[in-house]
Amino acid sequence: MRIFRELPRWREERKGQVRDLKLSIYTLSRSPLSVIGFFLVLFFFLIALIGPWIITYPQDITGAVHMDQRLRSPSLAHPFGTDEVGRDIYSRVVIGTRLSLQIGLIIIFVAMGIGVPLGILAGYMGGWVNNLVMRITDIFLSVPGLLLALAIVGALGPGIKNAMIALSIVWWPGYVRLVQGKTLSLREEPFVEAARSIGASRFRIIFKHILPNCTSPIIVKASMDMGMAILFAANLGFIGVGAQPPEPEWGAMISVGRNYLPDRWWMATFPGLAILVTVLGFNLLGDGLRDVLDPQSRGQIR
Amino acid sequence: MVITILGLSVIVFVVSRVAPGDPAKLAAGPDATEEMVEVIRKEFGLDQPLVIQYFKYMKGLIQGDFGRSIRTRHLVWNDIKTYLPATFELVFTSITFAIFFGILFGILSSVYRDLWIDHILRFFTVTGVAIPMFWLGIMLQLLLAAKFHLLPLGGRLDTMVNPPTLITRFFLIDSLITGNWLVFKNAFVHILLPAFVLSFPALASITRINRAEMLEVLHKDFVLNEKAQGISDGLIIYKYALKNTLIPTLTMIGLRYGWMLGGTILVETVFNWPGIGNYAVGAAVYSDFQPVMGVTIILGLNFMIANLLVDIGYGFLDPRVRYE
Repeated sequence: MRIFRELPRWREERKGQVRDLKLSIYTLSRSPLSVIGFFLVLFFFLIALIGPWIITYPQDITGAVHMDQRLRSPSLAHPFGTDEVGRDIYSRVVIGTRLSLQIGLIIIFVAMGIGVPLGILAGYMGGWVNNLVMRITDIFLSVPGLLLALAIVGALGPGIKNAMIALSIVWWPGYVRLVQGKTLSLREEPFVEAARSIGASRFRIIFKHILPNCTSPIIVKASMDMGMAILFAANLGFIGVGAQPPEPEWGAMISVGRNYLPDRWWMATFPGLAILVTVLGFNLLGDGLRDVLDPQSRGQIR
Repeated sequence: MVITILGLSVIVFVVSRVAPGDPAKLAAGPDATEEMVEVIRKEFGLDQPLVIQYFKYMKGLIQGDFGRSIRTRHLVWNDIKTYLPATFELVFTSITFAIFFGILFGILSSVYRDLWIDHILRFFTVTGVAIPMFWLGIMLQLLLAAKFHLLPLGGRLDTMVNPPTLITRFFLIDSLITGNWLVFKNAFVHILLPAFVLSFPALASITRINRAEMLEVLHKDFVLNEKAQGISDGLIIYKYALKNTLIPTLTMIGLRYGWMLGGTILVETVFNWPGIGNYAVGAAVYSDFQPVMGVTIILGLNFMIANLLVDIGYGFLDPRVRYE
């Protein structure tokens, strides 16, 4: 029954944090757009989670062909209509959520995995390390992202895996920039100096003092980037170098549906709406989070 | 800047050559014999070590030689020269549109804060950056071109219309200079939709940042002072407030210009615009890397120049920057 004795103390210790959290939630809920964003993102995760149980034609996700059902307009049986080989577009859009979530998460985590350590390294070490890392970062940032991604996928060959590799390569420099700037300013803060003066190791300073103070801008950027990464993956899918057609990826679906315009409008419309709603959700949430977590840097992140 | 370009060329080069596919085999076609593949490999120097290939490529690059497309055998530089003006015409039109209306909407939105116009514009700014550009293009095509036949589906000119005498290679300007109204009208209706779509995200973010900056400036004391002196609202906004918002707006313009150069790939694909993005996509799909490299380097260079111009622009807008 130790826990009952510990609980009040734990509460006491965490009082400040709980108050901060409550304040954050309050601030977030005061802005209607952020609330909309939050629910859109929640909806997106929910669909990704329960997707396989709410689709009506599981076999249509990949290569199923029902020639007798092709190009049907939206109806009760097929709420979003069917595509050129009779697959149910609703099922494919729903499952596409999972694919997009996966793409977004992988790109962001790879980008963070490369960008954050490099940024801290550059910012903390300074000197030639900083110069080298930032120079390389600048090179990557000097080309429009989509173009570089196209060049990389063009070299690696079309496909969803290669598109993710390309987008990860395009994405990490943003995190280096962000974290390096933050680390540079944190390094001069009195609390870091104090830690250094009492003999804390570099390792300890980085993990105990610098990294925790970088988390809020990283979270904000990650939330915004999640939407953007999904959008970029769809872009690549659309121009034909990302996910390849039988796969239920939104961009690729639009790319196919485009050939059946203007009469079969539903093929391109619904996957596009899915992208719009998803990206919008992450953007709005990211905006709201920025106002809450990182008010000083308004307008700095993109 | 030179180092950045060099670095860029190394990255693009390395990426294109570590690729798993064998470009020579791709170019030779599926039923080529081993000897034919070997001949192509020799012809394009693909049998030599990477470092030597790179130096050869760089040597060519300095002389304006971007290599040859392995698929069409065309000189990449010639292709780029053909397609580049179309892209620039589109991108310049879009950025001009985005800057003008972005600043205008930003002012309107901040001056009429929380009124219906502000709500509409804010809704548009949040959706503007989230909307997939290619999808917006397709939807507008569907609506305006296919359904109501108001605008053409794509291309730069109707097939029946001859291009104007080429001076600047921008159809809009060339037809104006030569006084060719028919062509101008035709070029104008063709560029309207792609330029609007390409400018959409930029327009949204320029509006947004300009609104935020305007709101801040309009609450400054000097604005209050001018109001007290009886200076008209229009004059205050245009002459005093707006100038103070232009630096962050300029930063955003530079950033968005880069996005536009990337986005042109999508818009050109949707509208079948005969530009450099379309060209790069066509090559990338066939793993024909020489054109893709060329386009990447050219557009990267263009982006760097744009960034330089933005930096110079700071000096114009804020004298303090000049003295530093």
